Amino acid sequence: MNDLTRQSAAVLADAIASKEVTAVEVTQAHLDRIAAVDGKVHAFLHVTADSALAQAKAVDAKVAAGTPLGALAGVPLGLKDVLAMKGEPTTAGSKILEGWRPPYDSTVVARLRAADIVILGKTNMDEFAMGSSTEHSAYGPTHNPWDLDRIPGGSGGGSAAALAAFEAPLAIGTDTGGSIRQPASVTGTVGVKPTYGGVSRYGQIALASSLDQPGPCARSVLDTALLHAAIAGHDPRDSTSINATVPDVVAAAKKADVRGMRIGVVTELSGDGYQAGVSQRYAEALDILRELGAEIVEVSCPHFEYALGAYYLILPSEASSNLARFDGMRYGLRAGDDGKNSVEQVMAITREAGFGPEVKRRIMLGTYALSSGYYDAYYGQAQKVRTLITRDFNAAFEKVDVLVSPTAPTTAFKLGEKLDDPLAMYLNDVATIPVNLAGIGAMSLPIGLAPEDGLPVGMQIMAPAMADDRLYLAGGALEAALTDKWGHLLIEEAPAL
Amino acid sequence: MSSITRPEVAHLARLARLDLAPEELDHYAEQLDVILQSVARISEVAADDIPPMSHPIPMVNVFRDDVVTPGITRDEALAAAPAQEDDRFRVPRILDEE
Repeated sequence: MNDLTRQSAAVLADAIASKEVTAVEVTQAHLDRIAAVDGKVHAFLHVTADSALAQAKAVDAKVAAGTPLGALAGVPLGLKDVLAMKGEPTTAGSKILEGWRPPYDSTVVARLRAADIVILGKTNMDEFAMGSSTEHSAYGPTHNPWDLDRIPGGSGGGSAAALAAFEAPLAIGTDTGGSIRQPASVTGTVGVKPTYGGVSRYGQIALASSLDQPGPCARSVLDTALLHAAIAGHDPRDSTSINATVPDVVAAAKKADVRGMRIGVVTELSGDGYQAGVSQRYAEALDILRELGAEIVEVSCPHFEYALGAYYLILPSEASSNLARFDGMRYGLRAGDDGKNSVEQVMAITREAGFGPEVKRRIMLGTYALSSGYYDAYYGQAQKVRTLITRDFNAAFEKVDVLVSPTAPTTAFKLGEKLDDPLAMYLNDVATIPVNLAGIGAMSLPIGLAPEDGLPVGMQIMAPAMADDRLYLAGGALEAALTDKWGHLLIEEAPAL
Repeated sequence: MSSITRPEVAHLARLARLDLAPEELDHYAEQLDVILQSVARISEVAADDIPPMSHPIPMVNVFRDDVVTPGITRDEALAAAPAQEDDRFRVPRILDEE
């Protein structure tokens, strides 16, 4: 088999199961690739080479013995550093957790192990998943493999960049306001935010508990579906986990059919504020979907213009509460413990030393929005807007099967360009945030390169809660048509590193 | 919605247990004000008759069966402690000496 790092997860799993290659060969090829290119990309914070090779050897032993294999046995994966992995560093991109090794596995990691997926390491991210560029990582930014001077998106920029740099065929992300989809969009890869409660949050370091959702990332729609199926499903350890059958996303990705599907174009998520090349590729993708037999209709969601405002009150409120646990008492950093300072002073000194600027900004914002006298005006109002946005989605889904929009208003911007302008940074998530507020599922997939800068553009597909299979039906059909047109997946056009 | 003052920012920092430097107080006072002004528009639309939504999928009283399952051990729990003493977390003084 040619270069193992260029293969899909589906092909690798088959080749390992049929003894065409060994899992150790596949894992070693990816570790070699990481060693060769990650100095430029910085997708990984920590490479778990020893445990990865041990896992690969165990898969090869199972193959040799004829023992039943997990769904993606021997396929390597990059794990976002926000998910606990027993005994391995887990920092969430923050100095306050530097050196912490969790005493337990998150449910996502437990399911990856059950599927015999080989975990290569922990991928870089904005600190506590706050950001859209990975520049807020306390360990330095990740670089976009399409152009190393540009951002790979965020917060899951490490996972997306690892895929685009062919360091791993699969990755795990988490999506609170777009942290799976926007990185997928700007790196020419695929990412899915499942319905809220579709994948367990147990062992995910919480940002905003009512919005957070782990999900699959890959280079193709089918690979994304295979990973989605491996991690999804009810978990008694997460009380918000949905206790129902997961839609058959793999069958949907294979069926890949939009004939007769009603696709709604969200009026409020296009036009002003969207880069010309993004709008052009988006219009072309809509034409393709129409040619494939979908019915394209315009749908208005009038309250979406208030989504960003509501989100930047709800998220900091929940985050300020969740991050109160980092107090330097039981794990993580402790600073200022000189025997004289009180516990309260040590906590304040520790948090000042351990948190970066964006995290402190959002903690302050959330503390304000939740404080006495402001609660009703800010947090209370934001929760009402959340209801209005959910009603917009419900009304739209009475008329159409899925909704679409560009994933992000622009292609990847330059590193440093928006770092000191929080409002400009927040605008990256304008099209992805409504989905998190309503708790529905959404996909981003590549639809071409913007003519003006040659960088990837993503389309977002949104489906009603617990109908994640529709994302794969539509995304699979569009990907197949585009692959026919180009002769390959878009990611094949990424420059050599 | 009023603008946010520097003393308010200092109060918030105390509530949030953040030992902010004086220049950070100035910086955040300015930035929080800009951010709060930009999100203030949400008050235009959210009428009194709209119920607040705290959570996307309504669920109440999710319980597991009341059976004992293994958890992490004392040593595992203490392994990451910044300071420990006699098999317990050691913390700085909580009460004043007086």
